[in-house]
Amino acid sequence: MKTAKAEWQLRLYIAGQTPKSIHALENIRKYAEVHLKGKYSIEIIDLLVNPQLAEGDQILAVPTLVRKFPEPIRKIIGDLSNEEKVLVGLNIKPLTVNH
Amino acid sequence: MNQKKSKPKKKVTEFEFLKTPSGIDGLDEITEGGFPKGRPTLVCGSAGCGKTLLSMQFLIKGITDFNEPGVFVSFEETAPELALNVKSLGFDVEKLKKEKKLIIDHVRVERSEIDEAGEYDLDGLFIRLGYAIDTIKAKRVVMDTLESLFAGLDNQAILRSELRRLFHWLKEKGVTAIITGERGEGSLTRQGLEEYVSDCVILLDHRVIEQVSTRRIRIVKYRGSTHGTNEYPFLIDEDGISVLPITSLKLNNKVSSEIIPAGVPGLNEMFLGGGFYRGSNILISGTAGTAKTTLASYFANAQCSKGERVIYFAFEESPDQLIRNMKSIGLNLEAQVKKGLLQIHSSRPSLNGLELHLLTLRKLIKEYKPSTVVIDPISNLISVGSSHEVRSMLVRLIDMLKMNNITGLFTSLSQQNETQVQNLAEDSVASLVDTWITVRDLEGIGERNRGVYIVKSRGMGHSNQVREFVINSRGIELLDIELGPNGILTGAARKTNQLHKKVSELKLKDELNRKDREISRKRNVLEANIAALRNEFESVQEELSLLKASEELQAKLTSDTDINLKKRK
Repeated sequence: MKTAKAEWQLRLYIAGQTPKSIHALENIRKYAEVHLKGKYSIEIIDLLVNPQLAEGDQILAVPTLVRKFPEPIRKIIGDLSNEEKVLVGLNIKPLTVNH
Repeated sequence: MNQKKSKPKKKVTEFEFLKTPSGIDGLDEITEGGFPKGRPTLVCGSAGCGKTLLSMQFLIKGITDFNEPGVFVSFEETAPELALNVKSLGFDVEKLKKEKKLIIDHVRVERSEIDEAGEYDLDGLFIRLGYAIDTIKAKRVVMDTLESLFAGLDNQAILRSELRRLFHWLKEKGVTAIITGERGEGSLTRQGLEEYVSDCVILLDHRVIEQVSTRRIRIVKYRGSTHGTNEYPFLIDEDGISVLPITSLKLNNKVSSEIIPAGVPGLNEMFLGGGFYRGSNILISGTAGTAKTTLASYFANAQCSKGERVIYFAFEESPDQLIRNMKSIGLNLEAQVKKGLLQIHSSRPSLNGLELHLLTLRKLIKEYKPSTVVIDPISNLISVGSSHEVRSMLVRLIDMLKMNNITGLFTSLSQQNETQVQNLAEDSVASLVDTWITVRDLEGIGERNRGVYIVKSRGMGHSNQVREFVINSRGIELLDIELGPNGILTGAARKTNQLHKKVSELKLKDELNRKDREISRKRNVLEANIAALRNEFESVQEELSLLKASEELQAKLTSDTDINLKKRK
C-alpha cells in the first residue's frame, strides 16, 4: 500500500476493527481510487496497538484521516461516509468547485 | 476502545468514604479529607479564578506529598506554557516529567484543521489518556478545560454522549480526576458539564467588593460526604492556593499555664497571676491617645527581653516612627530589632484584602516562629472589609494564634463617646479574647488623666480598680490607688488629696506632740501634789508621835508622885 514518494500521503487512525473504522477505510480507499489513482498512499495506524502515536498527530476522535502531504495538514474525523465533505476536506475537489 | 467489563467497584460505605487529599492548604479541611477517590470532580469558575492552578497543584502535590503520579490533559495551554505558568509558584514540572511522575498532554483542537464527515467517537482521546495513565500508573488526572472540545467539534450529540462515556471510563480506571469548566450564564458551566460530573462540584469565584478583590471557593455538592457549605476565601500566592477555612478549628488547642509579664510593673500586679497566660489573646481598647501603642510596645519589649521573638504589625506607624516614639519614653525597641528578636511590619490596611493580611500574618508566623504577635490596631482593618468579613477574619486570626500557642496582643481604637458603644473590631473580638484591658480618659476638672482597668481576664483573678497611670520620659508608671471620699482620685485631685493628707498628718502629729507635752506636765503636777501630801502626812505623823511621847512622860511623872506620897504616910 505504501509507495516511496506518493503525492498524497494519507494516514488513517483507527482504534481496533470497529464498524466505523472499517467503514472509514473502505470509503477512503474508494475515493482515493477514483480521484487520486496512482498518486496516493494510505498508512493505517491502530491506536490500540500503538497508543503512543496518538499524541503526534493530535488525534482526539476516531477514526481520523490525516492528510500529511501536501501541506497544510488536514484532518477529517468520522467514518468518511460523506464523500463531498471528505473531498472538500482533503482539498481534492474545491479547486474546481469553489472558484 | 470498547467498553470493557466494569471492574468491581470498591464498595464505599458511609463510614469510610475514600478520599484523595487535594494537597491544597485548607481545602481538605472543608472537604473533610479531599476529593472523592476514584471519581471525577468538577471545578468550575469564571476566567482567571484559579481553576488551572488548583488542578495543577492537585497533581503536583499528589506527586510530591502523596506519591501519586498524575496526568494533565490540557486543552488550552501547551505543556511548556503550563510549566512556565506554575514555575513561579515553585513547581518544577520539568523535573517531575523527567522522573516519570507527571505527563502533560496538550490536546489541540483546531477547528480550522478538522472536518467532520460521518460518525466518530472520541476513542482517540480515551486511548491517549489511557496510555498516559498506564505509562506512569497515574492516580490523578486533570482535564483542563474539557469544554474546549465543544468549540472544536460540531456534533454536540456525539460529544455529549462521549463525555458521559468518558466520565464512566475515568471512574472505571479508578483515577481521581478534576475536570475544569468555564462558568456559564445561569449555570455552573457553559456546557452543562455538571450534568455528567455529579459526584463533587467545586465553584471558584473571584469578585471585587469595594475595590478589594477576594477569591472564594465553595463546594456546591459532594455526594456521599459531608462538607463545609460556606464560601471560603482563598488566596493565590507564591506557594500556590491556600484556603482559609473559617470553621475548621474545633477549639481543641492546648493551653499553657505559663505566665508572661505584661511589661508594665504595676499592670502585672493587677492580675492575680502576675501577667497573662502564654498563648492567650489580649485586647487593649481605648480612645485616641490613651497610650494603647505604648502599652503594646512595652509588652513587646518585655517579651523580647526574655529572648523571645515578637512580630509587631503596625497599621498606623512606620517602623522608624514607632521606634522613635518609643525612644521618647525610654523604650529602646531598636536594640531588640537589631538583636533580631523584634520584627516590625508596617503596611496600610487598605494595601490588600483582609485575606491577604491574614496570609501575610500566617506566613510570617510560619517563617519567623514568634512567641508573640502584636497587632496595632485591629480596628483599622475595618476600613478594608465588610463587618462580616472583618469578624470572620479576626476569628480566624485568633484561632490561628491559639493553634500555634502564640500570645496575641491587639489594640483597638474605640470611638470617643459617652455611650461607650463598642466598635466593630472590638465587638468582634470581645468575646474571643481571653484578656481585655481598657485604657480610658478620666476627665476631671480641667484635666485629662489616663486610667487602665481590666474588663476581663479568663482563668485569672484580677483587680477591679481603675488605676491611673502616667507616661514620662522614664516610661509608663502605674500610680498607687488614691481613694478619696467619693472614690478613686486622679490627677490634680490626687495631688490635692495627697496634700490634704499630708497637712492633716502634720496636724495630727502636732496635736499628738502637744498632748504628750500636756500629759507630762500633768504628771509633773500630780507628782508635786503627791509630794506635798506626803509632806503634810509626815508632819502630822510627827506631831502625833510628839504628843504620844509627852503623854507618856506625864503619866510617869504622876505615878512617881503617888509613890512618894505613900512613903510619907
